This record gives sequence, structure tokens and C-alpha cells, in this order.
Amino acid sequence: MTLTLTNIAKTFPGGTRALLPTDLEIAKGEIVSLLGPSGCGKSTLLRIIAGLETPDPGARIVFDGEDVTWQSVETRKIGMVFQSYALFPNMSVRGNIGYGLKMQKLPRAEIDARVEEVIALCRLEPYADRAVTALSGGQRQRVALARAMAPRPRVLLLDEPLSALDAALRGQLRDELAILLRAFGITAIFVTHDQNEAMAIADRVAVMSHGEVAQIGTPEALYRNPATGFVARFVGDAMPLSGRIEADQLHLPGGVLALPKPAQGHEVLVRAEDIRIDAQGPITARVETVTFLGTHYRIALAGASDAPLFALHTGLSTPAPGAEVRLSIAPEALLILPREGAA
Amino acid sequence: MTQRQFLTLCLLPLAIFTLAFLAIPLGRLILASGEGDAGWSIYLQILQTPRYLSTLVQTVLVSLAVTVAALAISTTAGLFLVRNRFVGRNTLLSILTLPLAFPGVVVGFMIILLGGRQGLVNSVTPGHVVFAYSVFGLFLGYLYFSIPRVLLTVMAAAEKIDPALEEAAQTLGASPLRIVIDVLLPALAPALIAAGAIAFATAMGAFGTAFTLATDIDVLPMVIYTEFTLSANIAMASALSVVLGLVTWALLLIARSLSGTTVAAGG
Amino acid sequence: MKSITKSIPLAVTLLACAFLLIPIIQSVLAGLTVNYFRGLSSGLTLKWIGQVWELYSGSIFLSIWLALACLVVTLILGVPAAYALACNPGRASRVLEEFISLPLAIPGLALALALLQLYGGWSEFRTSWLFILVGHVLYTLPFMVRSVLSVLAAIDLKTLEEGAASLGAGPARRFIDIVVPNAMPGILAGALTVVTLSIGEFNLTWMLHTPYLKTLPVGLADSYASMRLEVASAYTLVFFMMIVPLLMAMQWASARAQRIMQ
Repeated sequence: MTLTLTNIAKTFPGGTRALLPTDLEIAKGEIVSLLGPSGCGKSTLLRIIAGLETPDPGARIVFDGEDVTWQSVETRKIGMVFQSYALFPNMSVRGNIGYGLKMQKLPRAEIDARVEEVIALCRLEPYADRAVTALSGGQRQRVALARAMAPRPRVLLLDEPLSALDAALRGQLRDELAILLRAFGITAIFVTHDQNEAMAIADRVAVMSHGEVAQIGTPEALYRNPATGFVARFVGDAMPLSGRIEADQLHLPGGVLALPKPAQGHEVLVRAEDIRIDAQGPITARVETVTFLGTHYRIALAGASDAPLFALHTGLSTPAPGAEVRLSIAPEALLILPREGAA
Repeated sequence: MTQRQFLTLCLLPLAIFTLAFLAIPLGRLILASGEGDAGWSIYLQILQTPRYLSTLVQTVLVSLAVTVAALAISTTAGLFLVRNRFVGRNTLLSILTLPLAFPGVVVGFMIILLGGRQGLVNSVTPGHVVFAYSVFGLFLGYLYFSIPRVLLTVMAAAEKIDPALEEAAQTLGASPLRIVIDVLLPALAPALIAAGAIAFATAMGAFGTAFTLATDIDVLPMVIYTEFTLSANIAMASALSVVLGLVTWALLLIARSLSGTTVAAGG
Repeated sequence: MKSITKSIPLAVTLLACAFLLIPIIQSVLAGLTVNYFRGLSSGLTLKWIGQVWELYSGSIFLSIWLALACLVVTLILGVPAAYALACNPGRASRVLEEFISLPLAIPGLALALALLQLYGGWSEFRTSWLFILVGHVLYTLPFMVRSVLSVLAAIDLKTLEEGAASLGAGPARRFIDIVVPNAMPGILAGALTVVTLSIGEFNLTWMLHTPYLKTLPVGLADSYASMRLEVASAYTLVFFMMIVPLLMAMQWASARAQRIMQ
């Protein structure tokens, strides 16, 4: 199903603008993630698409050509996975999954067949007759997904579907969820504050900040060509290099860095993996701490910029804390973006 | 002074008071019930004497009716007040919890004002409608003090229900009525059982209201009172008290294990 | 569909409010009307309130006195005991807590009978106001203990006490400096509950009182049985004026204690 959102905004009673007018187009079978810090409006946007919140007047939500803006939740035929999963504790796994089909008043035999089908797809056979209260977090998450999918919704909405799990399980279920969503072939929108989750699952990611979409694109596009400093910081943890810009030169406390183009009025950011320790480098810095992280070292560097910089360092030898080192950064790795608020 | 000695000292005054004015008197009450002419078979006598038996049945029936009515009214109102925010909501809530501090006698008087000889209903209806002193009046009186107690228990439980449960049912296509049946009532069940037990126990033991209204109706507390004061049948009054106390205590124990609320069995 | 699902609960709520509120309004009006039978047109008066004051001011003062005495006793008995129970959250404490809570479950009438049978023969005690006080303390004590206990259970009492102990405070000092101040919201909520319940207590008091010691609710029962409706209403009005502010304060304090516990 194609989903077209036009001019979606939300002002709460009392005047708080949770969401500024937003447009979004989602193709059939596409998985889009709404990524952003808490309070950025991502959950509000999802709840408006679901019909759990009403948008400000002037909005249009179109499912495959059908305007559903003012349709109630029950009739919108969406599937939703909630952050708390919201499984009905008074029903078994089977009861939960079959509930939406029961509401459609389908014949008993058909309900049973379709429940079995979803149970098999979500690999829930061993738990089908258990009470939902007897399941682990990961199993609950799969039941919530199965319940939302059983009625064959037009679009699947997921609100922080992995945040209730512990870190180890989250990584595993993230990949599982990506596979399942593609197996269902459903158009899906999911909300998260975790960049790794968004990048692992989504075809396209919409990064949101202060009630609006800052940038939308594939994970690679967002990472390589962030449109704003916020996006660069949020996706891939870019660090600002704060200094004075003169034409195509950046004067840092630790030295002068050549920029690929004149950058007056812009800010310059860099990612940890692009900072090299290089005896010929133009910038000097002092090693503060060295943290061994298995695949690489994380080195905190002072004196190069105003705030400490972090560098990823691979190799067998590392400089010792307290040592003076020189740094180089490839010009093409620098992110030169309009200064926030100056635009 | 060690911590242990200090804690013992903290507990001592309460222990002495409770022993002197609760444990020993209750023991005395139980013994007294067996000191009549019938001995311990007095408890059998309760079941064999038609007056006591019918009193018991009548008390249970009135209490059951009050429990059902209070549950129905307070659950409806409680869910409505939890799920809706509107101007005047707090006023409605205050009105509904006002009778919490009313003694049973005052509740009785409220019913007299509604359905007594000079009552509201009698003055606005053409016929002679006086119900305050009937079983119906007693029912209304018990309902009057049960509504706030049940309401508070239900609302406390309803506020703890994850709002996402209702939203999940909505996204699956459930109508508002179905949400109540499939989601809200099951989630409220422990609280409803607890509140029901409280309402039932309170109605069983309500003395003040019965004292004001039930001059002609045999309910357990009134029979205990008349056995004690008028007939001076100490053994029977004690035995009936023991039975009443056991029933209400057991019910409230169940209620508390299900909901963890503290509600007094006043009235 | 949507309007029905909203309007029926609203109607039930409003009807329940009306059921509870109308007789209260009636009693307020009746207590201030010259002749209730003839209605408001007979005029408003404070005559009945004055009459209540003449007849029952003794009862009102006795009730206030009893409530304050009851508060003092429940504070002395209840607060240290709640602390001791909070320090030993074992099975024995649960049983003791359950036992002192019996007066909540057993009807006041039965408790009064028990007290009368044991102490009824000791006439100096039987005819003293202390006898009624015992009944009131019995009934209100569990509220004080539980109110304090629930606050103490919610704060990290053990760590606070260990902190104070490491600084050299002995058990009694810790109780005064650490336990009581931190339990204050619970003590306040408990205190207001005790006073509210004591002033309204009837079931025990009716059995324990003597003709010379009538509390406010006993006087109310007396006026309902023997006085004209206007006087009974005026007396009820006086009672409302005392109990409603107390109830509101009690609900405010309990909500505050609840918030602190979260």
C-alpha cells in the first residue's frame, strides 16, 4: 500500500506544537523508520497515522488513494505494535493473535487457519497455548507482531518495538524483525530513538528533530551526506571541529586544517573513524585516555579542538596517555554543513 | 541501647494496648458465646432458630444486592471519570467521595430526607411514597456509603491499566463496548472482586444506618443489638457477633490480598 | 455509537452524584429554613443552629476533645510501632499488622460487645471518657500504623539509617532525626485520617457511651430520633461543616503521601 501524508501537524491543547506541518510519501512494501530523540514528534506522527491522535485541520492521510484522515482507528485497518506490547493478559497467545480476526467476524475455521499461519511465520508454535504473562520479552515482542499482522493490515506501525528488551536481546531481535517484516512484505513505519535499529531495519530513515523531519533518505545517504549538523551528530556521532574559518582553512587550537572548499558561515564536523594518528599530520593533540574495545582502541584527544575529540585506532601499538601526537583528516571525510540556527 | 532493644521498646506500647483492649476482649467475647444455657451448641441454634436464620438470610441478600448495585454504578462512573478529562470532573469526584467520612447514622438520615414521611420523594409524588424504613430504604442507605468505597478502589485500579491495551484493541477493530468486555473488565477483575468483598462485608456489619432506619427490619447488627440490650441474651449476642466478625474479617482478608487497599468497614 | 458509549456512563455518574448530593443539600436547607414543611418561602433562619448549640455544644466539644486525645495516643502507639514493623518486614510483622487491623474488619458493634463484657464491670473505667477513647484508638490505630508504614516501606530506610549510624547516631537519635522527618507525609495523612474517623465514629461509641458522655454522632442519632427535622438537619449541617474540611485535608494529605511514595 502507498501511504501519502500531506500537511500533518499537531498542536496540543495549551499550544505546544508537537509536530510542524510534515509531508511524507511511503511506497508499497517500503519500511520507513522515524528516528529522533524523545520529544521530537516521531511518536505523535505515528499515532496520527494510526488514528490514535487527530491532526490539526488541513491534514490529509491517504492510504492507496483512500482518504482516511477522519476515519476512526477501528475502521482504518492498520496494525500496530506498541512499546509495552499491550498484550491482553486475560487471553492466551492464540487468543491475542486471533482477536483482530474475531473483531472482523470471520468464520471460526478461517480465524483458526490464519492464526496458525501467522504463528508458524513468527515461529511461535511452542508457545501458542501459553498465557502471555508466561512469555519472555522476545517472545512477547513476536506475539505483538503476530497479533498486529494476523488481520492483514494495510500498514504496520511499530512504536519503539525493541526498547523494552535488554541490550543483548535487542541486537538479535533487530535482525529477526528486519527479516520478518520483509517476509510479510508489508508497508511499515517504525519509530525508534536508536540509530543502529533504524539503519538495520529501514529502507529509508526520516530523522526528526523539534517536531519536523530534518532529513529523509537511505541509511547510506544520511550517513554520507547529512543535510544538517543535527543529522550528522545523531547518525554516526559526528563531532564538531570548533575553530576560526578563513576561506578554505580551519584554524584549530592544535593547528590549521585545509578544507576542500571555502566554508564561511558553516560548521565542520568529523567522525571518529576518519581521524588518523599520523606523524606528518597538520594538527597536534594530547592523548587523554586510551580505551581498548576489542576490535579497536578509542582514543580521547585534547587540545586539537575546543572539546575533546575521539579517534578510532586499529593496529597493535597505541600512543600512551599524556603523549603528544599529530593528527590528519582527509579533506573528503570532513562534513561541512550550514551552521544550525544561522540559516 | 542496641537496635534490637530499641525496636522492642518501640513495639511495646502498641503490644500492651492491643493485648489489653483487643486480644483479651475478643477472647472473652468468644468464651461468652459458649457460656449460655446451650453451651457451644449455640452456634447450631443460630441455624435452627427461624428468626436468626431468616435474619442471616435477609442480611446476606440485602448485602448481595448492595454489592451488585454498587459495583455496577461505581465501575461505570469510575471508568468514565478515569477516561475523560473535563471541566467539573473534580467536582463530580469530590461529590462521589464525600460520604466516605459520614457515620452510618448520618447516612440513615440522608435516606430519611429522601424517602421518609417528610422526605423529598413523598413531597414531589402525588401518592404516599415512604420507603426509608423499608428494606429498600436500607438498601439505598448501604448503597449510599458503598458507592464511594467501591469507586475509589475501581479508579485506583483503572488508572494502573496500560492505556496501550485499549489502543491495541482499537487498532484491531474492537468497538468501545467490546473493549470494555474484552480488555477493561478482565483487567479490573481483581479490583472488582476486592471492592465487592469490601462492599459486602461493610453492608453485613453496618450498624449505624440500620439503627436509624431499620426499626422493623431484622438485619444481623440490629438483632445483635436487641439481643444484648433488650433481651440481655449475652451468649446469643456474642455468638452472633462472632459469626458476623468472622464473615466480614474473612471477606476483607480476601479483598486485601487481591487489591492491597485499606478501606474501613464503617457505616 | 460513540455518543451512546459516552452518554450512558455520564448519565450514571450524574445520577450517582445526584443520589449522594441531594439529601446533603436538603439537610443544609432544612437546617436553615424556618419551617421545612412549608418550604423556603417560610424564610431562612439561624434559630435551629442556635438551638443545636444550646442542646449539643457539650457533645461537639467532647468529640473534638476525644479526637485530639485519640490523635495523641495513636501517634505515641502507632509511629514507633510502624517503624519497628518496617525494620522487621518478616512474617511475624505481617501477622501483627493483620491483628491490629482487625478493628477495620470486625464490625464496631462486635468490638464494643467484647470491650463491654471484659471491662463493663469496672465502673470507674466504664463511666469515664477514657472508655470511649479506647474504642476510638482501637478503630483508628490501624490507619495510623499503615499510613506511616507504607511511607517507610517506600523510602530506602535501611540506607538512610546506615548512613546516620556511620556518622555516630544511636537508635533513638536515628528515630528522631531520620525516621520521623522522612515519615512525616505518612504521619500527617494518618493524623488527619484519625481525627476525621474519630469525630465521625458511631458504631463503637453508641455501645460504649453513657448518658453523660455523648459524642457528636451519638447526639446526632439522638436528634434524629427525638427532635424536629429542622433541628436534626441543623445539627447535621454543623457536623458537615466540621467533617468536610477534614475529609478534604485528609484526601489531600493522602494523595501527597502517595506521590512521595512513587
